[in-house]
Amino acid sequence: MSALVKLANVSKRYGDAVALYPTELSIESGKTTVLIGPSGCGKSTLLRLVICLIQPDSGLIDFDGERVTHDNVNALRRRIGYVIQEGGLFPHLTARANVLLMARHIGKPEEETGNRLLELCELTRFSQNLLSRYPVELSGGQRQRVSLMRALMLSPELLLLDEPLGALDPLVRASLQKDLKEIFARLGQTVVFVTHDLAEAIYFADEIVLMNEGRIVQKGTSIDLRERPAEPFVSEFINAQRGITIV
Amino acid sequence: MNRIRKTRKHERSESRNHEPNSKPFQGFLISWIPDSFLIFSCVFAFLIQSVSASDVVIGSKKFTESYVLGEIAKGALQNAPGKVVFRPGMGGTIIVWQALKTGEIQVYPEYTGTISEEILKEPAVRSLNSIRERLRSFGVGMTDPLGFNNTWALVMRRSEAERLGIRCISDLKKNPDLKLGLTHEFLDRQDGWPRLRERYGLPQQDVRGIDHALGYAALARGEIDVKDAYSTDAKIAENNLVVLTDDQNFFPRYDAVFLYGLSLDEKRTALLKTLKGTIDETLMTHLNAEAEQTKDYAGAAARYFESRGESGVIESDSFSHKLLRWTIRHLQLAGFSLLLSIIVGVPLGIVASRGGAVGHVILGFAGVVQTIPSLALLALLVPVPFFGISVRTAIAALFLYGLLPIVRNTATGLQDIPRSLRESAVALGLSPIARLWKIYLPIASRSILSGIKTSAVINIGTATLAALIGAGGLGEPIISGLNLNDHVTILEGAIPAAVLALLVQWCFDFLDRALIPKGLRL
Repeated sequence: MSALVKLANVSKRYGDAVALYPTELSIESGKTTVLIGPSGCGKSTLLRLVICLIQPDSGLIDFDGERVTHDNVNALRRRIGYVIQEGGLFPHLTARANVLLMARHIGKPEEETGNRLLELCELTRFSQNLLSRYPVELSGGQRQRVSLMRALMLSPELLLLDEPLGALDPLVRASLQKDLKEIFARLGQTVVFVTHDLAEAIYFADEIVLMNEGRIVQKGTSIDLRERPAEPFVSEFINAQRGITIV
Repeated sequence: MNRIRKTRKHERSESRNHEPNSKPFQGFLISWIPDSFLIFSCVFAFLIQSVSASDVVIGSKKFTESYVLGEIAKGALQNAPGKVVFRPGMGGTIIVWQALKTGEIQVYPEYTGTISEEILKEPAVRSLNSIRERLRSFGVGMTDPLGFNNTWALVMRRSEAERLGIRCISDLKKNPDLKLGLTHEFLDRQDGWPRLRERYGLPQQDVRGIDHALGYAALARGEIDVKDAYSTDAKIAENNLVVLTDDQNFFPRYDAVFLYGLSLDEKRTALLKTLKGTIDETLMTHLNAEAEQTKDYAGAAARYFESRGESGVIESDSFSHKLLRWTIRHLQLAGFSLLLSIIVGVPLGIVASRGGAVGHVILGFAGVVQTIPSLALLALLVPVPFFGISVRTAIAALFLYGLLPIVRNTATGLQDIPRSLRESAVALGLSPIARLWKIYLPIASRSILSGIKTSAVINIGTATLAALIGAGGLGEPIISGLNLNDHVTILEGAIPAAVLALLVQWCFDFLDRALIPKGLRL
């Protein structure tokens, strides 16, 4: 197995508050890595560091064997798809224009992008009739599907999802979870998925990365976490979440 | 300060003929004008040039006599081929003089005393030839005197003067009991009453200061017997007064002449020169009186041509034609300054939206400019080299005034874009410029457009003040109307300006629909 992304000694602080202590992490190709932990544990910070929305205070990030620098960051971003909780769709553009924005910007032929769009509609189960709608005219679930299409448009090597289902009601959420998992499998996609929901993490993860207070506490499968907790916090976190899920 | 007061002598005569409330601003503006005035042949003048080369433009100052003389020049020049445009009431001496020097106008009526004291600033230069010679260095020519001398004078009731046999100022010596009511200014000036009394050896003891307008009433009621005036004042004819001859030539001469640009063609120059010696004090006084009563300056000028036995019909601009000219100029002023505000304001707003010290400085500056009253902003720009009394000053003031709404709305609009959208744009890999053009500016478009709309409406309103510095527009009739206390004329400018503001508002509402992306309007 090869690592698509490697973080070496990466840290980030905001003023006096440490968001991320020096951290090592490898993201394996073709796998779904789930970052999980309580609010403020640094999981979103880690994700934002990978796509360079924030600059690390120390450490190095390699993407596909290439050092991420100021000069190549925009080119690398085009090889990464990014979906956030609110969808991040641009309100002044239709669903179609949102999805095609980047492809048009870099001058991809219309025919190629048109075909890709149809593929994506089918893949994400998004009705083509809705493509000419503006984001405000779509439901939350529909918006997340458009957002996913936009992220996948340029066939990125890496897909980053920051709590993509966090704002959806349970029924929509369940159906999207199922669709997402199928999509990842069909595409053999490398995914980094951020959530605070353990059930969701277990459902998606090839590897779970549990974080707390700016540190990675334990990496492994759900069984590893349950059977061989690295420290008491791991059991505490799992038990708390399990309690909620059972009820 | 002394110098300014002294050179302002004739300016005072102008202000007497119109409403006193226009005086402070005019004085304020003029006292700010630097002696050496820089002239630039500049883009603005070219851009707003609305008169073609073969036309001739006549200007005038803003008092009755200057209006009438302007109409007379217009009537005379209509005998030459080509269009004659009259721009009445452009402003005070300095404004019309600048307009003549820069070629904005080609002809205007002036007085020899004013030329020596205010324009050349050489009171000793009195003879026509020496004045003419000095004017030539400015590219300006001067006709011979038109025949009347609008200078300081002492006036009395005709009946009283005839009863006492008083015809000249020296005759006052024989009547020491006469009561004198003089304007405060004339009373106080070193070259006014104190020296006049000394030169003529006047014995009168009952000398009091009295307001000019009230003085005429006091004279009519017999409360005073003698007062100071200007020799062609319309009130002289209206009140049946007589001007006492200045038999010792104490008062400087203010012979009326026309000044013209030496580039004026020969035919027109010759026509102007035919006006020489054709208007005496009595005629001018009557024309002034008629013009003040009827507010019909072209009509008064027609009376002059009738007196010469010529056809009295002067083709005067129809109202619709004038309205069109004012409106076009108004839109040029407001539109051009708005365009500049947008070109400068939007980028400044973008920079300001990033916050930091630079952002604070930009928003602070724009805010401070906005707190300056528009009138004061105009006045502040006038002494600045390059600006002065010109259309550029008006445009610059309007531009600065329109800046804040655009800068602030652009900055706020951009700052209000949620972080999630900004980060999505960054994460997609769009370059900073593409982010701005394709994402941020369209999302902020509603806010930016509403800033531009605010600016446009403010500009339409504020542009009426541009007429104060001779820049024209719908303020022209408003200012004239104020000066002449003529409400109809005020409304001729005020109503179209208000309608224009509404139309602009309406146009922008329409533009909103065209320019704001549909997704933001749902």
